[in-house]
Amino acid sequence: MEKIIQPLPAASGTNDLATRELDAMCVNESELKHPWWHNLKYSAWGVLFGIVFVKAEIISWFRIQEMFRFESFHMYGVIGTAVVVGLISVQLIKRYHIRTVHGETVHIADKTFNKGQVYGGLMFGLGWAVTGACPGPLFAQIGAGYSVVIVTFLSAWMGTYVYGLLREKLPH
Amino acid sequence: MLEAIKQPWPWYVAGALIGLTVPYLLLVGNKTFGISSSLRHLCAACIPGDVKFFKYDWKKEVWNLFFVGGITVGAFIAGHFLSNPDPIVLAEPTQAYLATKGITDTSSLQPSEIFSWEQLFTLRGFIFFVVGGFLVGFGTRYAGGCTSGHAIMGLSALQWPSLVATIMFMIGGIVMTWFILPYLLTL
Repeated sequence: MEKIIQPLPAASGTNDLATRELDAMCVNESELKHPWWHNLKYSAWGVLFGIVFVKAEIISWFRIQEMFRFESFHMYGVIGTAVVVGLISVQLIKRYHIRTVHGETVHIADKTFNKGQVYGGLMFGLGWAVTGACPGPLFAQIGAGYSVVIVTFLSAWMGTYVYGLLREKLPH
Repeated sequence: MLEAIKQPWPWYVAGALIGLTVPYLLLVGNKTFGISSSLRHLCAACIPGDVKFFKYDWKKEVWNLFFVGGITVGAFIAGHFLSNPDPIVLAEPTQAYLATKGITDTSSLQPSEIFSWEQLFTLRGFIFFVVGGFLVGFGTRYAGGCTSGHAIMGLSALQWPSLVATIMFMIGGIVMTWFILPYLLTL
């Protein structure tokens, strides 16, 4: 995994993409430039997403307890259905070479294995069960009015920052 | 109609809508689904300092911040105008177990015995909010994704490292729930 921990210059172009892709799933390079308000289509889906999070009680600490205690099917049903729908969608996009609305080829970066997925995954799991929130529900809990979760959010932000400070010393 | 919307939504409706986020983001803007990266972009935008990991053109990923902003607004709408007036219906064994730990208030989505500002200044509150939040932010970035990036997007794209990460999330959660929380809840 030498490639991953190598320092990269903060330059534009492919090096910048490589830096952004470090330890990140959701980074992608679109060659197209759009005015800022194009981002509102992500906000609009986010609004729907936030409503779903609250209405299906996915942001509830109780539901996370039920899940990890194996006493309710609810969260397994939510995540399982989401994976099946996502899987079918990705397979259809690949098989029929479906392009984006702007005509670009859809690109999904391959994930390489590193030890972070083990150690980091374990840490996140511990935090998920105690806070009752993964990063998405953190934003939703705050939006839904649980103001003390602002502290959890700030601490999560600092957690990411400290990871950035320490990453070259950590096993990957 | 509004009455039906105010009831809790079933898992298959929520799962399908969350799953559709994957093709929506891919087809609308060639974006792969993931939420925890928003925390990294916030670092890059606000406090990059001298840290290489945060020195990149975060503006290229700003869609992610618009997305989480939308989540916050959507949750506000649902929490203030569409909320279920009835207590949350829990699995009986979970409810019985939590009652033995003094967690009995099911009138809202979060137990008021834990989720309050007064609790923040207790040892238990410090662990639940400050330590727990830190683990979420540090752990997701170390793992390279969270439930959305790994468990949903990664598994949808058949990325086996995401399966490893998802299994580790579950192991961490199970260890916390069964072996550590029983002590933390009684602090």
